[in-house]
Amino acid sequence: MSASYALLGILGRRPSYGYDLKRDYDFFYGKEKALAFGQVYATLSRLLRDKKVTVDAMEQGAGPERKLYAITDIGRKDLENWLSAPEKLHPNTQTVLFVKVVTSILLDKDPDVYLDVQRAAHINRMRELTSARRTGDLAQLLQADYAIFHLEADLRWIDITTARLQKLKEEIQSER
Amino acid sequence: MSDSGYVLEVKGAEKSFGLTRALQGADLNVKTGEIIAIMGPSGSGKSTLLHCMAGIFQPDKGEVRFAGNSLATMSDEERTTLRRTVFGFVFQFGQLVPELTAEDNIALPLLLNKVSRKDAYFQARKWFKRLGIENMEKHRAGEMSGGQAQRVALARALVIKPKVLFADEPTGSLDSLASEQVMELLIQAAREQGTTVVLVTHDPRIAAYADREVMVRDGKVTTGQHKAKAAR
Repeated sequence: MSASYALLGILGRRPSYGYDLKRDYDFFYGKEKALAFGQVYATLSRLLRDKKVTVDAMEQGAGPERKLYAITDIGRKDLENWLSAPEKLHPNTQTVLFVKVVTSILLDKDPDVYLDVQRAAHINRMRELTSARRTGDLAQLLQADYAIFHLEADLRWIDITTARLQKLKEEIQSER
Repeated sequence: MSDSGYVLEVKGAEKSFGLTRALQGADLNVKTGEIIAIMGPSGSGKSTLLHCMAGIFQPDKGEVRFAGNSLATMSDEERTTLRRTVFGFVFQFGQLVPELTAEDNIALPLLLNKVSRKDAYFQARKWFKRLGIENMEKHRAGEMSGGQAQRVALARALVIKPKVLFADEPTGSLDSLASEQVMELLIQAAREQGTTVVLVTHDPRIAAYADREVMVRDGKVTTGQHKAKAAR
């Protein structure tokens, strides 16, 4: 996801300085992947160009000049459209996992071996996330849950593919 | 613990039920204090393996050792004592005694082990706060949710401070949130007590609580063995 909508969301509450935007982004969305200052200002430049945010006020203190950014009506409408629209589903069903399984069969290798290695890697990642959930706050827990359930979907696919391998081998070998 | 460093050792275990060959030469070693998940498709033999490790089933061939001692050389009575005093069990459905209250159920294994009634109930009551089910001491199984009943079953298994806890699909009848709560409690209590856990599950999210997972397929452990074992 682009950071644009996350920043628009933060500005949707109230106007904010760039520094505060970064701090709020990291707190609400980015504990695992904090936003760099450069990315904050690059995103704000694009939002200014597209008239989705405006500079509400300038503050001259001891340090450099600070700009107070605010969301515009255009920005708020765009944000609301984004919030209410469903995300596009992944159109590609031909996953790398599937390609590896078929390629293994084409080369007379044992796809079971690859699937076992992949299963172990998935469960290892799940173990890391399960462990991280214990020390994180609720937001981190929900993000870890999201990742865990997606890994689980892959694992279900791996299990059912393992169960169907013999049939898949027969089909592929009959076409060679 | 045995010289091998393993608390449980399974070597070439075979077990058939009629024409069905549930185990076909299963090997598995478990270290003391380790939490291990046994995974595999339905009918792969994972529950049979757990039952053999716990001395509930005797393998037709091969051997199971606990702390270096072969279960096959023990009398039925010795194996029963082992299951009552050293092993703890949790199953998919808690299998609480329905006529008894929650505290009766938890105190029961201690009473069977000749602990005084006063001490048994004192120890049983300590579990309620820990499990987050305060004030449920007098509730019977039918008066508790699935998650609450499973926590009581967990306390009943752990109250004797077993060396090994065997758990067969311990969250299989629970929703995601209740499963998570039961697993967190299980892992935390096992770590505190130094209890080794052998966990059978088909659910990778539950397996992810374990230190290591092994895969059982067609009655054999196919992946996840300790490296030293796999290299042999």
